[in-house]
Amino acid sequence: MVATCHDLAPETGSALDGTPAGRPVLLALAGQPNVGKSTLFNLLTGLSQHVGNWPGKTIERKEGCFTFNGKLYRLVDLPGTYSLTANSAEEVIAREFIIRERPDVVIALVDAAILERSLYLVAELLSLRVPLVIGLNMIDVAEREGTHVEPEVLEAALGVPVVPMVATRNIGVQELMEAVDRVVKGEVTCEPRLPQIRADHQKVLREIEELVDGYVPPPYPQVWVALKLLEGDQEITRMMQENLPQERWTAVQSLLRAHDDALVAVASGRYEWIGRMVRAAVTRPRAGQISLTERLDRWATHPLWGLLILGAILGMVFWLTYTVGSPLQEWLDVHVVGQAAWLVHASLAQAPYWLSGLLADGIIGSAGAMLTFIPILVIFFTVMGILEDTGYMARAAYVMDGFMHIMGLHGKSFLPLCLGFGCNVPAVLGTRVIESRRARLLTMLLAPLVPCTARMAVLAFLAPAFFGPYAVYVSWGLILLALAVLVTAGALINRTIFRGRRAAFIMELPLYHVPNWRTIGLMVWQQTMAFVHKAGRVIVPVSVAVWALSVLPEGGLEASWLAGFGRWLEPVGRLLMGFDWRLTVALLTSFIAKENSIATLGVLFGATAEAGLADRLRAAFPVPVGLAFLVTQILFVPCVATVAALRRESASWKWTIFDLLLLLIISTALGSVAFHLARVVGL
Amino acid sequence: MEQLTCESGAIALSAMRTGERGIVLELDCGRGLRSRLASMGLTPGAEITMLQNFGHGPLIARVRDARIALGRGEANKIYVRRVA
Repeated sequence: MVATCHDLAPETGSALDGTPAGRPVLLALAGQPNVGKSTLFNLLTGLSQHVGNWPGKTIERKEGCFTFNGKLYRLVDLPGTYSLTANSAEEVIAREFIIRERPDVVIALVDAAILERSLYLVAELLSLRVPLVIGLNMIDVAEREGTHVEPEVLEAALGVPVVPMVATRNIGVQELMEAVDRVVKGEVTCEPRLPQIRADHQKVLREIEELVDGYVPPPYPQVWVALKLLEGDQEITRMMQENLPQERWTAVQSLLRAHDDALVAVASGRYEWIGRMVRAAVTRPRAGQISLTERLDRWATHPLWGLLILGAILGMVFWLTYTVGSPLQEWLDVHVVGQAAWLVHASLAQAPYWLSGLLADGIIGSAGAMLTFIPILVIFFTVMGILEDTGYMARAAYVMDGFMHIMGLHGKSFLPLCLGFGCNVPAVLGTRVIESRRARLLTMLLAPLVPCTARMAVLAFLAPAFFGPYAVYVSWGLILLALAVLVTAGALINRTIFRGRRAAFIMELPLYHVPNWRTIGLMVWQQTMAFVHKAGRVIVPVSVAVWALSVLPEGGLEASWLAGFGRWLEPVGRLLMGFDWRLTVALLTSFIAKENSIATLGVLFGATAEAGLADRLRAAFPVPVGLAFLVTQILFVPCVATVAALRRESASWKWTIFDLLLLLIISTALGSVAFHLARVVGL
Repeated sequence: MEQLTCESGAIALSAMRTGERGIVLELDCGRGLRSRLASMGLTPGAEITMLQNFGHGPLIARVRDARIALGRGEANKIYVRRVA
């Protein structure tokens, strides 16, 4: 069933052609969040899917190809949205795609357990006059919740094919595609009953339609544009202001001003229409019973128990990551990366030093560092994927909402920050779930303050070197310090730069359900590959450049340009934090990848982390210097991969540089405070 | 006249106690928030059941079979009438 678009040339006119014109049938998959869209998408496209971004936007675009009944289909997954009004970039993308690309069929997935609410998007899709097939998903869940839906009755009422499904168990997917096939062949003509606007606003809608008549730029449908004007849709308002002659625009404006409650009238009209559509199709034989979700939520969303449950879950995530992930990481580091580097050195013993160095230390060193992080990331993404797919993550966001308010953020920002403990790169990418641009930017700027696994690894090595038996307490203290700095910086940035404005917190809590392993597996695969891809493109070239700086011009780190730069900076480091040039250089190399600090110190002290480095460091530096180094490194400027992610996701050099300067100042200031304080108390 | 009787029974959604049911009367907020609330089912006339309200922090209400979490600030802007 799986094929890729690239394997088959659409022009050849083979048996796999979709439409008579010879191109694949274009399908769009629309639906509100949490209706099982990605499960259906994965079932249909499998591994043939391509994940990218919508042009000019940092919103994920997924598409894939498959064949069904000898036809080739191209399926585009539209962003999950509650409506098609321009409240968010996702909604604009979804409707622009439908209006401009005119898909042959739009599959609208609805949740049978939340039928009325999920039909709202269908009401919007119908007014765009596209051929529609409705997938009535989660009929099993609906039955469990005490709602019985009759698909045939709903189909008759709507005038659009309705196919009952349970996508998580692959039930009804075949029938859904058969319905799509019939619509493509023209065997079924959709004659939908269109939703009407509430009676008291029908006159004004007609008046607006007359005013815009002949001025609506193609391919926008005229009635739809009139409706969106009435709803106060910003994009469409701007478009019509540009296209209408002045006197008509003034007339439209005065009509809109006189009916500023029209938005509610349009929405109510749609819900009244939905009410009529579902009245005959839905029965509730067991109304009023308390569902499993509500029983679980009494604990999971409780202000106290909810926090304790969240704490326990996060504790388990970290325990799992470190007991399973860290040994794997070490094993990869020693046996795969170490062996590869050794092999290169051995086989190139006769070659010039720069060649073996470039290959072994520059390229294998940096790519290998990335490789060793994969087990930890896979474990972390899997657990996060399970929590997301079962529906728990929305509860975590809910119980953290109050706390996040300190920073002017709401609960949704908690999730990406949580990912930051694994690696800051997915944390920055994960801010995509936040609707408001301001809240998203702030979360992104704060993400590098979450101590990632690489920084924790440095901490785990250096803390025992300086603090012996007290290392555990110092480590926990430093992690708490980083989080306290995060909260303080967030609160300050919000009150000053963003002037305390706060985005609205509205979030659906989906029903709990058994996780779908296919969905989670694909998600983990895609996120890991995205990490390798994005990190690889930046980490390897920059690492090679920094490696070159650390060996040129003579071949040794001690006489290199990087060391020269470190020596030049030494007076600053010594004054602020008691650093000598070697610690400054170690901090600078952590910019490539955080764990580089230890490797650099190893080179500079002529010892390895496995043997003797800890002793030499203890001998070389007093405790206040060690403490200052740990404080500075845990708060320091993020690694190159994170900076690249920040730049991409914020789409702004200004904010990226702002964040780097902010972190540079915070880390050196607090490192300095730690150094001088520790000296005063006589550590 | 009809509006007057509605107004007299109007309370903010945030004042509804856990387990109480009500009917949405009005959304007293800016266009953007109103549009988002309306698309999520919170339109005048919609039935709403308070599932969790501890008097502080966010709350959870059931609207058109969906469980919606709302910040207290947002819930203060939604007016409802209690029904038995």
